[in-house]
Amino acid sequence: MESLDQISRRIQDAVPGVRVEIVPNDTPAAQPSLVISSEHALAVAKFLKDDPQLQFDYASNVTGVDWLDSVIKTKGKVKKIVDGEEKEVEETVETKRPGYLEAVYHFYSMRLKHGPVVIRQRTGNRSDQNHLTSLTPIWRGCEFQEREVYDLYGVVFDGHPDLRRILMWEGFKHYPMRKDYVPPDDFEYEPTPHDDVLARAKTHSAK
Amino acid sequence: MEVAAAPGVDEGLRSELSKQGIFTVKLQDIYNWGRKNSIWPLQFGLACCAIEMIAASMARYDLARFGAEVFRPSPRQADLMIVAGTVTKKMAPQVVRLYNQMPEPKYVIAMGACAISGGPFKQGYNVLKGIDRYIPVDVHIPGCPPRPEALMHAFMTLQRKIGEQTFAGPGRPRHLDPEAPSEFPVPGLGEDDIVPAKNEQVWEAPVMVRG
Repeated sequence: MESLDQISRRIQDAVPGVRVEIVPNDTPAAQPSLVISSEHALAVAKFLKDDPQLQFDYASNVTGVDWLDSVIKTKGKVKKIVDGEEKEVEETVETKRPGYLEAVYHFYSMRLKHGPVVIRQRTGNRSDQNHLTSLTPIWRGCEFQEREVYDLYGVVFDGHPDLRRILMWEGFKHYPMRKDYVPPDDFEYEPTPHDDVLARAKTHSAK
Repeated sequence: MEVAAAPGVDEGLRSELSKQGIFTVKLQDIYNWGRKNSIWPLQFGLACCAIEMIAASMARYDLARFGAEVFRPSPRQADLMIVAGTVTKKMAPQVVRLYNQMPEPKYVIAMGACAISGGPFKQGYNVLKGIDRYIPVDVHIPGCPPRPEALMHAFMTLQRKIGEQTFAGPGRPRHLDPEAPSEFPVPGLGEDDIVPAKNEQVWEAPVMVRG
């Protein structure tokens, strides 16, 4: 398989206007991924599936990730006036990053026996800009998994043929896999509570 | 066959009669004997426990020896509900509804850790923490999943329980008690959780005493 750099460049050539960014992965898995802009996702998907060198014909997995608002600390050199003279001082700069939801796709090629390539789409924020492009029109196997991401993370997939909840019931209000989800307080009987369950059992019995 | 009118037949007379080929027995006992040896379970499984239940009903473990090989696919023809597996909150109303559709006399075996308490999913948001919160359970079997032997033990326990039921008095089965309920309220699916969280008539939380 081509390197991710090559794939990324060829995506940019094939789909004009697309924003592609390589996300490095410094864990032992060392599997970098591509973030693509959601409005071009369908064209990118077509390219990945139809390109003769890639032919990613199998969507192995679709999943969601919830990224909360966070502060990223980076060390950088800043010019500052210290005691009347200008000096370069090393400082940690804090940048606020608003939270977003992410859909992660893993594609393989059965015909060329290579893969996976990991594609991510990100929403604007975690509340009202939660729309992404469905890739079900390209890979039929994404249908249930995108429904699952919708059910558990609240990502709305535009172009999905049948976007309903799949695990929880219709009428359920929350998205349980989001990090700020608070599960219902039904700890009236807990024989062996420990750790955070003990804390929850205690707050329940205090009520 | 002679049927004893009074509960106590003289032991000597009974022994003498049996030597002549006449057996005396209480109607209650023969009635229960018939009931307990022909339990027809409802054929449904919810998770991996169902695989053990299937194994118990097949040739190797042969549940037919207990008269319970006729798994019925309709609740109208079943006497026993084996809740075999994880009851999710989404599934709980259907399980209670199936129980309500079964005719009396009916019995419930809660099979496995999930069905009796929520099991490994007890601290989760989507699994019911025991089916005994909504319907009366006769036999609980722990295990994850319980082996077929454990299910057979549950059957024998249930058979003993049926055998001890009387026609009248506090030990009588529910179908002989006009006051006893046969149907139980089906819970609804709310915005946050299943509502109500439990049926107060059937289940109340055990009081935990901590030293």
